[in-house]
Amino acid sequence: MNAQAPALRDPRLNRPEPLTPPLGDGGFFQRDRTIHPPAHAPGYKSSVLRSPRQSLLSLENSVSEITGPVFGHNDLGPLDNDLIRNYAKDGDPVGERIIVHGRVLDETGRGVPNTLVEFWQANAGGRYRHKKDTYLAPIDPNFGGCGRALTDDTGYYYFRTVKPGPYPWRNYVNSWRPAHIHFSVFGSGFAQRLITQMYFEGDPLIPVCPILTTIPDKDALDRLVAPLDLNASTPFDSLAYRFDIVLRGQRSTYFENRTAGN
Amino acid sequence: MPQPLSYLKETASQTAGPYVHIGLIPAMAGFDIFEKNFSNILVTPSTQGERITLEGKVLDGTGTPLRDVLLEIWQANAAGRYNHPADRSAGALDDSFRGWGRAGSDFDSGLVTFDTIKPGAIIDKAGRKCAPHVNVWIVARGINIGLNTRLYFSDEEAANAGDPVLNLVEPAVRRKTLIATRGERAGKIVYSFTINLQGPEETVFFDV
Repeated sequence: MNAQAPALRDPRLNRPEPLTPPLGDGGFFQRDRTIHPPAHAPGYKSSVLRSPRQSLLSLENSVSEITGPVFGHNDLGPLDNDLIRNYAKDGDPVGERIIVHGRVLDETGRGVPNTLVEFWQANAGGRYRHKKDTYLAPIDPNFGGCGRALTDDTGYYYFRTVKPGPYPWRNYVNSWRPAHIHFSVFGSGFAQRLITQMYFEGDPLIPVCPILTTIPDKDALDRLVAPLDLNASTPFDSLAYRFDIVLRGQRSTYFENRTAGN
Repeated sequence: MPQPLSYLKETASQTAGPYVHIGLIPAMAGFDIFEKNFSNILVTPSTQGERITLEGKVLDGTGTPLRDVLLEIWQANAAGRYNHPADRSAGALDDSFRGWGRAGSDFDSGLVTFDTIKPGAIIDKAGRKCAPHVNVWIVARGINIGLNTRLYFSDEEAANAGDPVLNLVEPAVRRKTLIATRGERAGKIVYSFTINLQGPEETVFFDV
């Protein structure tokens, strides 16, 4: 499917071979919660009443966690990864035309093939096509604001859209979201399920966003910021941004292990 | 200095936000865009197993239902087999059952429903029998990283008592937060559940 856009080598993959520890049980690497936002992050006020207060119960991965839904091209339509065309009624949507592309990898550096990536966003004016969004910026009649793609054999995905605008929201009286695109990614097992947001290099709203700054780790925050990728842009047509997504790594099942006591 | 380990770090989670429907259930946002949509109906007429409805709410710290929450469920088929290559157990696959669905809560009542089948018992890696259950993943505005929990079935008392995951829950009084209650309405089997994000009845959430 990605004939016109060759899979790129991840610049961070400057290492001999990705490693999957052989003595595994098929379980995923333990999630490092220090790089994720805590459930209770008072600067993001909505989290206060919606955050569990008890400790999470740690669960060794069983078949219920290492399996997950499998999707295929039959689940998608031909325009699903083209947000410039998939809702166009009488012309193209307004805004900066961009390509967003990258790879879905796991923590070993391997691409995650054939996995479903879904994305949604506001239009160029910062308005969502959603019955609950009442921001005064206008709806764009030619822009829906959602799409999806299946990664190829190397974990590569891409889509075309317009750059979303920033918008105000009720947290503090003058809180604005930086321009962002929401991403939903599946991976191969339900324990890899992830929703995140992609931001744009150079956006001055990034360091003052109450949602983005729930992330306690500066490097983890920086990894949500997509750089401008001029090499992937289309001259006289679209700029490009590169966004790689890393899901949890997985131990292999090369050797059958016996659980103690069995 | 030892050699560096070269693992990548997982991408940080961010909230799904109040407009999650646009991307994942566009019809709920108020428009029609994809030819094929995912839904809260997991069954087709040819799916094997007992038809059930899962019906419940997610409550915040004041007991108010979340009206912008999105749930996904992942479950085995009636024979206890997940539709995924990593499940190498003996139960038969059912080609007409993917075992996954998603639902947004009703914008007024907060009610979430799934039409599915009751899963069979699962045999784990150690050969232990696990009680039938449905895996649940919850995202919403104000939820910074998706919450994992499970739903077990109230009419499976013996199986629940021997379930290795339920038995990890201490104090034992919290185990009931994972049990959906069987009932019947208009000839249909309905399992009701309440997920409490906070409070004395806080649901057990898992770090999977």
